[in-house]
This record gives sequence, structure tokens and C-alpha cells, in this order.
Amino acid sequence: MSLGDSASPLGKVRGLGSGHHGGHHWLTERAASIALLLLGVWLLASLLYLPALDQRTLTEWLRAPSGAVPMILFVVVAFRHALDGLKVVVDDYVHDEGNRFAVNLLLLFAAVGGGALALWALARIIFGVTA
Amino acid sequence: MAGPHPRPLSPHLSIWRWGPHMLVSILHRVTGSGLAVVGLGVLTWWLVALAQGGEAYLRFSHAAGSPLGLIILIGLTWAFFQHLLSGIRHLVMDSGAGFELGVNKTFAVLTIIGALVLTALTWFYILGVRA
Repeated sequence: MSLGDSASPLGKVRGLGSGHHGGHHWLTERAASIALLLLGVWLLASLLYLPALDQRTLTEWLRAPSGAVPMILFVVVAFRHALDGLKVVVDDYVHDEGNRFAVNLLLLFAAVGGGALALWALARIIFGVTA
Repeated sequence: MAGPHPRPLSPHLSIWRWGPHMLVSILHRVTGSGLAVVGLGVLTWWLVALAQGGEAYLRFSHAAGSPLGLIILIGLTWAFFQHLLSGIRHLVMDSGAGFELGVNKTFAVLTIIGALVLTALTWFYILGVRA
């Protein structure tokens, strides 16, 4: 069976190439950006809709599941999307292979570390270690 | 030029006539990088301050409400809308649509105008209506 004219351009390249994952990587980048589009609009709209931005109002908002769950998703997807995007910039502008590897490694550590710090803070807010 | 046969260089920014599509492409990278570094930095500081509560959150609120803080927040809002709208443009172009010269240029101009209008409306609401 050949991938004839009925296959989409993306369908034709999935599984091909030396890594076999190029099409999948491309799709996950798009999935993250569409998710972040929705979550980003949700976050901005929520901040504008809240009656005040003091500690008590914000803590109450983030402790309810309707605030906590999208906020957890926002942090995870935002750091993932930031890593994807900055990696493209690094790959384009850092030409030396050794430097590129080092900068990408630092970028990965910064994104994972920053995301973990934000999630730790969020967990502390949600599960109420401080009042 | 090291070798006897230097490779031809691809024409770069300085050689093309500037157009809105070029500007939007560069803005997409600049706003994306800014949101990733400054935006996620502010987000993480905000969550950590909120988790620690009390003094830490007052310090964050004070910094966010200062003139420099407001300039950074307004800048992040603009970067968010510009990146969101040019991101939608990229998703449309990923589907193979919107490459015709006229359509492409109009779409690019609309992302710039749209981001400025949405930023102005958001901050008019924050500083004018709600404050």
C-alpha cells in the first residue's frame, strides 16, 4: 500500500527521517502552543475578573479546583513551550556545536528547574502550608 | 573566508525590503523570548511570594505597582498579545493557508494592530475602570 494522494503532507512524513520522530515533535509543539493559547487567555481573564489581587483573594482562587487545575497546567505547559521556543532560537544563532550543546543543556536545566520551583510554590499555596 | 571555495551566504536581513510580515516574524521571536525569560520569571516570583505570604507578597505587590513594575507588566501584556496573535497566524500558515502576498501582509498588519488595541483595552480596564 502506498501513501498516495489521499495522505496529507504531515501524514507522508510521520515516521520518516533518521530519528523517525520529527513529525511527532512538530505536532507536540503545536499541541503545547494551542493549549497555552487557551490557558494564557484563561489566566489573564481570571486576573481581570477577580475582585482584587491581594493574598487572600488569590489564595482562595488558587485553592478551588477551578483555579488550581488550570494553573498547574499553565505552569507545566508554559515552561515546556518556553523551552521549545528558546531552543529554536539557540539552534539558529549558536553556531559552534560545543557551545550549542552547552547552551541547550543550561536552557533545559533552567526550564525544568524554574518549572519545578513554580510548581512547588503552587503546591504550597494549594495545600495550604501557609494560611 | 578560509577555504578556496567559500560557500555562498544566504541573503540576510539587511538585503530584503522591510515588510510587515518580516517585522511580525522577528517580533514573534523577540516577544516569545521575552515572555519566556521575563514573563516566567515574574510568574515564578509571584507564585513563590504568594506561597510565602505576608511580607514576601507585599514586597512583590509593591514592586509590581511601582512605575518600573507597571512598565514591565504593560510590556509583558503587549508581548503576550503580539505573540498570541502572530502564533495564531503561524498555526494558520502551518495548515498551508495564508501565503498569498496580500493576505499574508494584511494578516501580519492585523496582528500588530490587534496586539496594541488589546493591550490598551486591558490596561484601560485595569487602571481606568477597576482601579
